[in-house]
Amino acid sequence: MKTICLLFEIHQPYRLKKYRFYDIGADHYYFDDYANEEILKRNAYLSYIPAAKMLLEMINASDKKFKVALSISGVAMDQFETYCPEFLDCVRDLVATKCCELLCEPYAHSLSALQDSEEFLRECKAQSKKIYETFKFRPKTFVNTGFIYNDEIGAEVAAMGFKGIITEGAKHVLGWKSANYVYNTTAKHSVGLLFRNQKLSEDIALNFQGGLDARTYMSWIEQSPADEKVYTIAMNFDVVGGIHPASTGIFEFFKALPRFAEEKEITFSMPQEVFENIPSVDTISVGHPISWDGYDKDVSAWCGNELQHEALRAIYSISERLNLTKNDVLKQDYSYLLSADHFKFMSTKYGTYNPFSPYESSFDAFSNYMNVVSDIQIRLKQEFPEDIETEELNPLVKQIDNQGKEIEKLQAQLAEAEAKLAAAGIAAEAAPKKKAPAKKTTPKAGK
Amino acid sequence: MFGWEWPPHILGGLGPASYGIARGVVNAGCEVTFVIPKPQGDEKKDFLHIIGATNTPIVWRDVDWDYVQKRFGYCMDPQEYYDLRDHIYADFSNMYVNDMGCIEFSGRYPQNILEEINNYSIVAGVIARKESFDIIHAHDWLTYPAGIHAKQVSGKPLCIHVHATEYDRTRGNCNDDDPTYMIERDGMNHADLIMCVSELTRRTVIEKYHQDPRKVIAMHNAVDPLSPDIVNAPVKRGTDEKVITFLGRITAQKGCEFFVEAAARCLWKAPNARVVMAGSGDLMEPMIRLVAQKGLADRFHFTGFLRGNQVYEMFKASDVYVMPSVSEPFGISPLEAMECGCPAIISKQSGCGEILSNCIKCDFWDIDAMSDAMYSLITYPVLHRYLQEEGRKEVAEITWEKVGQRVVDAYKRVLGWN
Repeated sequence: MKTICLLFEIHQPYRLKKYRFYDIGADHYYFDDYANEEILKRNAYLSYIPAAKMLLEMINASDKKFKVALSISGVAMDQFETYCPEFLDCVRDLVATKCCELLCEPYAHSLSALQDSEEFLRECKAQSKKIYETFKFRPKTFVNTGFIYNDEIGAEVAAMGFKGIITEGAKHVLGWKSANYVYNTTAKHSVGLLFRNQKLSEDIALNFQGGLDARTYMSWIEQSPADEKVYTIAMNFDVVGGIHPASTGIFEFFKALPRFAEEKEITFSMPQEVFENIPSVDTISVGHPISWDGYDKDVSAWCGNELQHEALRAIYSISERLNLTKNDVLKQDYSYLLSADHFKFMSTKYGTYNPFSPYESSFDAFSNYMNVVSDIQIRLKQEFPEDIETEELNPLVKQIDNQGKEIEKLQAQLAEAEAKLAAAGIAAEAAPKKKAPAKKTTPKAGK
Repeated sequence: MFGWEWPPHILGGLGPASYGIARGVVNAGCEVTFVIPKPQGDEKKDFLHIIGATNTPIVWRDVDWDYVQKRFGYCMDPQEYYDLRDHIYADFSNMYVNDMGCIEFSGRYPQNILEEINNYSIVAGVIARKESFDIIHAHDWLTYPAGIHAKQVSGKPLCIHVHATEYDRTRGNCNDDDPTYMIERDGMNHADLIMCVSELTRRTVIEKYHQDPRKVIAMHNAVDPLSPDIVNAPVKRGTDEKVITFLGRITAQKGCEFFVEAAARCLWKAPNARVVMAGSGDLMEPMIRLVAQKGLADRFHFTGFLRGNQVYEMFKASDVYVMPSVSEPFGISPLEAMECGCPAIISKQSGCGEILSNCIKCDFWDIDAMSDAMYSLITYPVLHRYLQEEGRKEVAEITWEKVGQRVVDAYKRVLGWN
């Protein structure tokens, strides 16, 4: 029996405000709240919320035969919490049906997988935690930013304990092989690998206006070779209602899918079910990173020119040092700066003007971003003096940390002893009481 | 073609542009006769035929071959003088003419420019009767009356080339009865085809001169490749500080006060930079005073007017070139700066921005954006290097040959040949 793995990607970056060079060192707030709120709400009301309700309706109407997977970036979740918490409720309802799987991706929807494996690990952990805290769901499947994948990423993701990875069915990698099977990664500890069916995905995502109907769409799947079992169809969630507005009939198209699927004996599955139930047919090796972007299906839209290389170098060069700090605001700002979108805005691949960019040109995007990076570097210098190397810093921070813990432990012992004394009814209480608050201030000063 | 300037005797941007277009058109397979007011004999004319208005008789004088040779031999074949003399069409003996029956032209922009323009159109009548041609192409308003006259004599279509408009020169403060505006509008009304150096100018022509959009097209300029001796010339630089440069007439149209404000903001933040304002103009003194008020005179340098290769030397010694023009029909200098490897910041109100993508654009009034762009270019070497390399490549693709081909295609459409 053939099955469809339907996956929607939800991400909105924290767009930067116009940050001029004279703001460097003077203004530590980088984000364009107005634009971020406006874009998030517009997308939520046009697309995300009605589309999530549609998915819920489809699950209920099909007697839980319809299944779907969502991947929501951490930075998008942060924005939903601030601007549109009702969408998160919609997702909770979906998760509660047990027919909706949530996927893990880098928290900031970043390029860390290509740039810095430690940062990548941190982000994936943070994302899993965020998903658990928000939806009480533990993600088992991984999908990278922009479906970026290569063997190294495969190994890292497998080491983190994920059961499977979804990436793009890039023709230059698959060659004569079909995307409609389960494969596995090359790493020693191999996990499942699903490739997005490019044609079926783009028929909806890009070419829907051409008058596609659900019956025809399902018949394409039915008519494909009988032993091709898994059809991974993935797109951005705003395709439903945003890129193709409700007036195009996109909602009705989706709602009709389960009915025609049933007619043609095609099922829907969540990725984790696929990885559990369908065995892999082969190992696939991906040397150069692939992605779902453009025609080239490579990463050149994010790191294709020198400007992007420089910006990536600048931001990732402070990653290690920055993560030693206890300053959560600084860490959060840093994380928001990692979003891949910032680098895509600098792309010159299709000319210097990018229609989805808030900037007028790639050069504007670059200088604005670099100004912000300059400021965050200054903040990091204020956090740790420049003349201490990162290698030296690590034990120092640990030492302070340990001392803090030690002091806490001793204080706890002291309190315990005091309590015992009090219980024993000894009258001499005045002296230790004075000492305790004086000691409490020391760990704070140490930090 | 009717023009006013021709290299090497140039006073502004019109000469090189006319030369480039003529050469491009010849390259595309046309024969060109170019009329200029006053040839000096050392013009570059190996690829076309030049006729001097000042060598064209309008009153019949009986002069012998040797005398013509002696008087005009430096720039024309005596036979041509006689051929032109055969086409005198009216009695101009009341005009002030010399011993050759010709009007004297200055070939510059004198006080009596309107009289000179009128004389030029009288001469054009003689030339139009003698020459055979398919289309008339008149460069800039000075030659529009000549173009109209030639059209009326020959019945051939008239194409006028708008290199600048009075509307731009006055920053929008020109009246309908301004003589220059009237000449321009008259030329446009008579033209069958109006070529503008940018989309920006095209809109001005349509909106402010009330022209039919169907006959107005944008025909962007190009730039000549640098000669090897300029490419190989050593860079003269005394300091390792970054240099931000303004180069052009220091006038209101060029937006010099916006430049000073933006550069000052950049200098306050970037201690390792200097600013150069090259050129002269009526606002030079107020600008010097403004810089002094800001206390930046020690890092803000005024060079005065630069000539010839000095311009290229300046570009090569600069890290950033800024053209903040309030209104610029085309503006060739950013292209020249980019050729020299100097990244450019240009105002969105400049026509050349329409064909350039590897430069930074901002509104002329947006001094925040302008200073930010300056700062980025001197602070982030990668951006500088990227714009330097990509800019050079981009400008190398903008050639007069391509422009010439487009001009000829437009001719053919007007003539109905395709």
